Amino acid sequence: MPDRTRLVGNAAYGWLLLLPAAVLLAAFTHYPAVATLAQSLFTSGTALRPAEFTGLDNYRFMLEDEVFWRVLENNAWYAIGTIPISIALAMLMAVWVNRRLPLRAFVRMSYFTPTVLPMIAVANIWLFFYTPEIGLIDQIAAGFGIGSHNWLGNPDTVLGCIIVLTIWKEAGFFMIFYLAALQSLPPELEEAARLEGAGHWHFFRRVTFPLLMPTTLFVLINAVINSFKLVDQLFILTKGGPDNASALLLYYIYEVAFSFFDQAYASTLTVVLLAVLAIIAIGQFVILDKRIHYR
Amino acid sequence: MVAIELIRVTKTWGSTVAVRDISFEADEGSFVVLLGPSGCGKSTTLRMIAGLDDVTSGRVLIGGKEMTGAPSAERRVSMVFQSYALFPHLNARENILFGLKARKVAKAEQRDRLVRVAEMVGLADLLDRKPAQLSGGQRQRVALARAIIAENPICLMDEPLSNLDAKLRHEMRVEIRALQQRLGMTTVYVTHDQTEAMSMADQVVLMRDGAIEQQGPPAALYDFPETVFAAGFIGTPPMNLLKVEEVGSALVIAGTDGPAVAEAGYGNLVMGIRPEKIAIADGPGIGGRIESCDYLGADTIVGVRVGSQSILVRAHGRHLLPAGSYVHLHWQTYEVHLFDDETGARMTGARSLPIAA
Repeated sequence: MPDRTRLVGNAAYGWLLLLPAAVLLAAFTHYPAVATLAQSLFTSGTALRPAEFTGLDNYRFMLEDEVFWRVLENNAWYAIGTIPISIALAMLMAVWVNRRLPLRAFVRMSYFTPTVLPMIAVANIWLFFYTPEIGLIDQIAAGFGIGSHNWLGNPDTVLGCIIVLTIWKEAGFFMIFYLAALQSLPPELEEAARLEGAGHWHFFRRVTFPLLMPTTLFVLINAVINSFKLVDQLFILTKGGPDNASALLLYYIYEVAFSFFDQAYASTLTVVLLAVLAIIAIGQFVILDKRIHYR
Repeated sequence: MVAIELIRVTKTWGSTVAVRDISFEADEGSFVVLLGPSGCGKSTTLRMIAGLDDVTSGRVLIGGKEMTGAPSAERRVSMVFQSYALFPHLNARENILFGLKARKVAKAEQRDRLVRVAEMVGLADLLDRKPAQLSGGQRQRVALARAIIAENPICLMDEPLSNLDAKLRHEMRVEIRALQQRLGMTTVYVTHDQTEAMSMADQVVLMRDGAIEQQGPPAALYDFPETVFAAGFIGTPPMNLLKVEEVGSALVIAGTDGPAVAEAGYGNLVMGIRPEKIAIADGPGIGGRIESCDYLGADTIVGVRVGSQSILVRAHGRHLLPAGSYVHLHWQTYEVHLFDDETGARMTGARSLPIAA
């Protein structure tokens, strides 16, 4: 049966083509995920004491861990603070630079610059802004006769500072997606609306905004993931302090894993982080998908 | 009354001139077609009437009022775009009502008008569908409905039928014309299709390279083209435009030695004659050999080689003459148009001669 042989040969050929990618994916994505899940069910092993199976003990410990609840709350505020504002700002900037304006390329580039800079560099720039007495903010404030303020040293303001920096860094990135989406909208739509007597705002609300929804969903999911993923700035600015006031979940995981060397507990926290992200992403797709018009 | 008036309007983009010093009027309730090949400035002209593009110089008057710099929303014009410009996320109803909502027309009034307009364009059952769920012809109707529901006195149409297939195009042509007459809308209609222009227009404005070549009722453009371009653009097949040579005191068709077709003495001329004005005669005439016969049903387009020129003849009924057969062509002197070879303009002084054989 030559047909059958050829079919089998074809299948083998196909699998061989897939193999390099499949190996990489399995080795660096699937295996670590499964290993993390497994590790979260054991104690942390040392040279003297091998890891033991403890079931859900790590999770029980987590529920009683005050720091965990603190960083989770911080992370929630961080997400609520960064996501809506950076998306709104991105949309606004995109609509603005999509118009015919002088030095358009320059303006677009300026908005995009924060995205190109590494987060570590950005954090250093902002460190200079926030520094008490000699920092940019305090110097300007002093000009108006306002006293110095330790922006990053105060538990009440530190998270806000981190949020502002993150918005500044992210909005330009999201803007690029909106700009691309806006440029794919046919210009006749706006002309038709103009002839019908629709003002800029009416057009934006009734046409541009709904037609940008697929982009918004994409950006939203990215923004949510980033709000759990972007913690580089903490290393430069606050190290999570003061008193964990600016610590975020991923930063806490890093500390647990590499400062306290508690691999098992870090794995537990990681599993929770992944679960939270998965639930949010699925929720977004389910809820928003029905209301979005895809072309 | 004049509904739209353009006075010496020019539009330039940098150093390119899109529209060059054009003037024309559209009477109230009339159907004016801007006709011309692509890139002749007809769409730009329409967009300047709509206020979507600014005029570089000149004036635009709408309903007798100065509207040269006025925003589109104030001009009280509707427009049907070539791409229809329907909002893809809104259903037909919302697309049609878009303008009324933007202008905050009362709800009850919106409902009344929607029912009336949907009925008029035959969309009553399709109002809940989104544009992607409608066929090309139905989308066209939505665009049309959106244009007429505003009850603006003026409607502008930019090649509205070019995305439809031939049969539908013919149907919509008739419908648009009927609708326009019923509503008494002044309509400016842009097209490159001379059939549309001939069948729909009260007034045709023929454009070329940004300037007006000729304007007038369709019959005037057809029967009395002012230029070689107008003669060659209108009619299917278009007017035969033949090179003529001077032999003695007369002009003959290039490559022949007679008979004479026109008097000489007016410089280099081009002779034009409509295919349907030529008879394939048994008797006296200009001799030529059959090149081709395209049978179209009601008539046959016969290609005849005369001297160095090809002449198309529209013969009634079916004519299947073998290629190479020898025939005589005959026409009346008053059917001959003579144009200056250099300027392309009609030569009014030159006279054509009866074909003697």
